[in-house]
Amino acid sequence: MVNTRVDLCGISIDNPIIPASGTFGFGYEFAEYYDINCLGTFSFKGTTKDPRFGNPTPRIAECEAGMINAVGLQNPGVDAVISHELPLLKKCFSKPVMANVSGFSIEDYAYTCQKLDACEQIGWFEVNISCPNVHGGGMSFGTSPEQAAAVTRAVKAVTTKPVFIKLSPNVTDIASIAKACEEAGADGISLINTLLGMRIDLKTKRPVIANKMGGFSGPAIKPVALRMVYQVYEAVSIPIIGMGGVSSAEDVIEFMLAGATAVQVGAANLVNPFICRDIINELPAVMQKYRIDNLTDIIGGAHHG
Amino acid sequence: MTQGMYTVTENTPLTSSVYRMRLAGDTSALTAPGQFINIRLDGHFLRRPISVCDYDAESITIIYKVVGKGTEQMAQIQAGQTLDVLCGLGNGFSVEKSGERPVLVGGGVGVPPLYHLCKQLIAKGKTVSVVLGFNSADEVFYKNEFEALGATVFVATADGTLGTKGFVTDVLGDLDYDYFYTCGPMPMFLAMEKIMRTSGQYSFEERMGCGFGACMGCSCKTKYGNKRICRDGPVLEREEIIW
Repeated sequence: MVNTRVDLCGISIDNPIIPASGTFGFGYEFAEYYDINCLGTFSFKGTTKDPRFGNPTPRIAECEAGMINAVGLQNPGVDAVISHELPLLKKCFSKPVMANVSGFSIEDYAYTCQKLDACEQIGWFEVNISCPNVHGGGMSFGTSPEQAAAVTRAVKAVTTKPVFIKLSPNVTDIASIAKACEEAGADGISLINTLLGMRIDLKTKRPVIANKMGGFSGPAIKPVALRMVYQVYEAVSIPIIGMGGVSSAEDVIEFMLAGATAVQVGAANLVNPFICRDIINELPAVMQKYRIDNLTDIIGGAHHG
Repeated sequence: MTQGMYTVTENTPLTSSVYRMRLAGDTSALTAPGQFINIRLDGHFLRRPISVCDYDAESITIIYKVVGKGTEQMAQIQAGQTLDVLCGLGNGFSVEKSGERPVLVGGGVGVPPLYHLCKQLIAKGKTVSVVLGFNSADEVFYKNEFEALGATVFVATADGTLGTKGFVTDVLGDLDYDYFYTCGPMPMFLAMEKIMRTSGQYSFEERMGCGFGACMGCSCKTKYGNKRICRDGPVLEREEIIW
């Protein structure tokens, strides 16, 4: 009997499989398709202080082995998340959920996190300082160690729950930013957000996406994500949630060997809404195949020897 | 929504660029005409959302136009092959609101989802008119099929090679109806919006990520709040649409 349990900042989760923010809504719509209590947890739709419609459409472009999105943090705002979304989630999900939060100023992040911290359903924060699809915020906080540390400090000052900082890959030295977050008090690091990309339509000769650029995700980015998880693992001693193109139990193990304690599944949810359940079901057999008894034992395994 | 493997039983051209595909498999997730399915194709990351033209207890008919690499690949699929399909997506048309003399207005590849709707309305004893708009006579499909259901069918072609020369709006002006349903390109919708005299339902198209409401890729604003074309649509009521 293999053990898929991992500890995520003091909260033990049944398995390390976590649907990524923006690909799973607030969970309850997926509960119509399968019992989402099989998940380790999930990271809910990026939430901001005020409601946002997001960017104009088209917001989606297909790529080789992936996709680009420029949704732009569409969400109902923190008050509606607390009054409407979380009660609906409570009816179908009995585990702690990860609250993904975004903002346009340090005050925004602190305001939204402080409000959500009071919700008992929330187990962790995942603070998104890396959204490539909004101007004047988001990713700009994630591209400088000083700004990343400032957001981390502001959120930590007003919250009681573990705080993961979600980093952008669109930087020169991701390890230094992770290190700055750790020193500012982050409880964990989550990476990677999407890579900035674009597609151009040959018929119209214009960018496919109305916002011109967007976040590239899917299996194509997995090697980049793995490399960054590996680098960040060397730089920090706090837990890492790895993501980027994960779509199988083998991918989960690969990310854990690179240094991830848990793994998020993003774009793959949009192609196969059952994929997280399928990965969880396949994981024990894949662990046996690679002679892994305890998943915890393999975290960072690629760094040893 | 269900996910399953479906066997292609037919994949034949109706015109030079429009194909009809029949798929055998579980159709229990289809609850209304105007819903769509989302098809996975080898070598393509995202699925292809295609409206359901007709269905019964064990088969689905879709009609699609070859417009890009995905649909080019679909056109090559042979009977006997299996496809991974998400079935029963979107809200579909609300048949209950039809009135007694509904008109169904289809433009080009927007025509297919109206077929099963027409079937249901006629089964309910409604007097159905159908207005089909195409560019040219050689692009026309399903005129006879709608007539066989018992609908009164009008065709408009932009070049006048079949039926009324012009657009669906050139037919609709003189027509008697008490409700409308439509699917087609945006310019047709905008022209209709100026002349339609009753309530009705528009079925929209948008570039989608997932097709089942998760990614927020196909959102639009309505008078009743933000909606996702894939899940809260593709059918919106005339009264709620912000043009």
